[in-house]
Amino acid sequence: MHPAFQGLLTIAIGVSGCVGYFYLSNQFLDKVLFPPRGPNAGRNINRANIIRPWLFLFPAVAALGLYLAYPVIETMRLSLTDRVPGGGYEWVGLENYKQMVAEPKFWEAMRNNMLWLIVVPALSTFFGLLVAQLTDRIRWGNVAKAMIFMPMAISFVGASVIWKLVYDTRPVEQDQIGILNALYMFFGGTEPQTWLTIPFWNSFFLMVVLIWIQTGFAMVILSAALRGIPEETVEAAILDGANPFQIFFKIKVPQIKTTILVVWTTITILVLKVFDIVFAMTNGQWETQVLANYMYDKLFRANDWGVGSASAMVIMLLVTPILVWNVRNARNEMK
Amino acid sequence: MSDIAGTKPALRWVVHLSVIFLVVLWVVPTLGLFISSFRTADQIATSGWWKSLFPSEQNLTLRSAAAENQVLEDGMYVIEGNLFDASQKATISKWGVSSRAVDAFEPGQTAELRRGGTITVDASGNYRMENAEEFTGARGARVFVTAELPPEFTLDNYHKVLLAEDSTDSMTRAFFNTLTVTVPATIIPILVAAFAAYALAWMEFPGRALLIAAVVGLLVVPLQLALIPLLKFHLGIGIGKGYLGVWMAHTGFGMPLAIYLLRNYMAGLPRDLIENARVDGATEFQIFTKLILPLSFPALASFAILQFLWTWNDLLVAKVFLIDASGQTTVMTNSIVELLGTRGGNWEILATAAFVSIVVPLIVFFAMQKYLVRGLLAGSVK
Repeated sequence: MHPAFQGLLTIAIGVSGCVGYFYLSNQFLDKVLFPPRGPNAGRNINRANIIRPWLFLFPAVAALGLYLAYPVIETMRLSLTDRVPGGGYEWVGLENYKQMVAEPKFWEAMRNNMLWLIVVPALSTFFGLLVAQLTDRIRWGNVAKAMIFMPMAISFVGASVIWKLVYDTRPVEQDQIGILNALYMFFGGTEPQTWLTIPFWNSFFLMVVLIWIQTGFAMVILSAALRGIPEETVEAAILDGANPFQIFFKIKVPQIKTTILVVWTTITILVLKVFDIVFAMTNGQWETQVLANYMYDKLFRANDWGVGSASAMVIMLLVTPILVWNVRNARNEMK
Repeated sequence: MSDIAGTKPALRWVVHLSVIFLVVLWVVPTLGLFISSFRTADQIATSGWWKSLFPSEQNLTLRSAAAENQVLEDGMYVIEGNLFDASQKATISKWGVSSRAVDAFEPGQTAELRRGGTITVDASGNYRMENAEEFTGARGARVFVTAELPPEFTLDNYHKVLLAEDSTDSMTRAFFNTLTVTVPATIIPILVAAFAAYALAWMEFPGRALLIAAVVGLLVVPLQLALIPLLKFHLGIGIGKGYLGVWMAHTGFGMPLAIYLLRNYMAGLPRDLIENARVDGATEFQIFTKLILPLSFPALASFAILQFLWTWNDLLVAKVFLIDASGQTTVMTNSIVELLGTRGGNWEILATAAFVSIVVPLIVFFAMQKYLVRGLLAGSVK
């Protein structure tokens, strides 16, 4: 069967299945199980109303449980076991973790991830805030914002290709086709650089790709926050003789502090999961390894599920503070 | 205007210039790849894409017409013609007839041909070959020129990438595979999540707050954790690697954001509306389908775009749950990564393939930017 046809069929089955499930289960509840008639009408209505929310929730909760909650537990279990040749698992305790921390590649990935965690959210938020503020009152601001927002639509893989061309290197006697080397030679460089193979700094060249993508996100959120600042506070500051920089840093930034924090944490979570960029551009060579790619290497190249799961747990551990913070905030908001 | 922009003219100029600078910085990388996708392999490899917008000086090896075109004029054998294709408009600055001296002659001068006879070439590429004896040989004489060529672009790369029979270059299959992954993976989670979001927003039941907290928590769980357990699960229940698996995976991974976005939106709908409907005797199912769903359209659209972009651009989930060794189920992101690995130097194929994959999300992006912004605003956990 042609996959496109299969796709259409899936949409049809999926959609009608969903609608059918919700409709029929509600009908069953009201008409068969607890009909709101007869001697027990009142009690039946109450009972039906206790059950109904769970009918609405069931498919979603099942998906959440199976695809997100269960894997957390299962990965934890896998990280404490090893596969036995021929099938089955054996309990090895913390052996996988010990093996992992003994590997220099793991510490390289940790070091790089920490760099990513500091640099990418900081610079994305900085540029996002800068663009949001600068474009706020200029007439063609929306066009400028759309242009800077555009990379959000581009896949990490597409972005990797785009930036690989920027970083391209040709021998010194030829014309450079990568714009970075062309500029470098133009401003007096003697030897074209292979940017992605310079240890330590190459990680920054990879980070540029993610910053380029995420600045648009930061800009959109922060721009909305800036618009939400009450005019009076700014006007009062002007009357008091504040200069534009004071207005920005002392009046505006403090008022959007929470939003800045939200943007920062959202990008932080994304950074922890960054995989495609490193995978497509260097594949972790030349000391650019990051945790997500290290994990992919372990799982699908080395076929070592134990250590792979252990490194996945490290990512989970790094996310946990943000998770707790988010849940706390959400609960406070609902009260 | 009570802002940085506006108080002093000098400052306003700084603002405009900085914005222009930033926009250029952000657009140039994409522009480079876009322009490269319209250039030939030779052009890409020999000069930067930014030069393609202006006339460029190039060294070319061209051939005169073959001996069969000669005519007899006043006892001399003559071949006349133009070195360039009819469509090309080039200006020759130097030329030569030997690879060791490619710039030996000025336009208008006459050179001796090694195989006998003479050739005269003018600046626009017109040449005249004369010989007392008959020209021989199946191919014409080689002429080396240094010429100023106007900008030239081609659609050949797109032709090759989209229509080539050769499966390594063809993105057509990958394009339709990506579409096949994306559409169900966008539609199904919306429906499932919408029902759940309604229950979480407007129904009273014990455990509701806990469930909402769980959704917020799962929002940030890295999907990396899910790869092995779910692959094991898919292999265990017999669906293995394939479309069904990838649809289910995307549905699961998109669920927290979908529920979160839709619940927040639905919770903001006016309470009276829903309670009036309840008083009028509408069932919850009717309220949901007739009232909530149409009113929630903006939120549904927001999530649909986010999920569409995410599934279209995804590499990891497709690699783990879909792509097997057969090579029939590749998606575009994966094809491009493979091109990067095997044909990293073939920029014309790479650039074009990348652009084919980028163009659909870009169209969606520009057409529905409003909803995307709204989705992002609602989706970043406050």
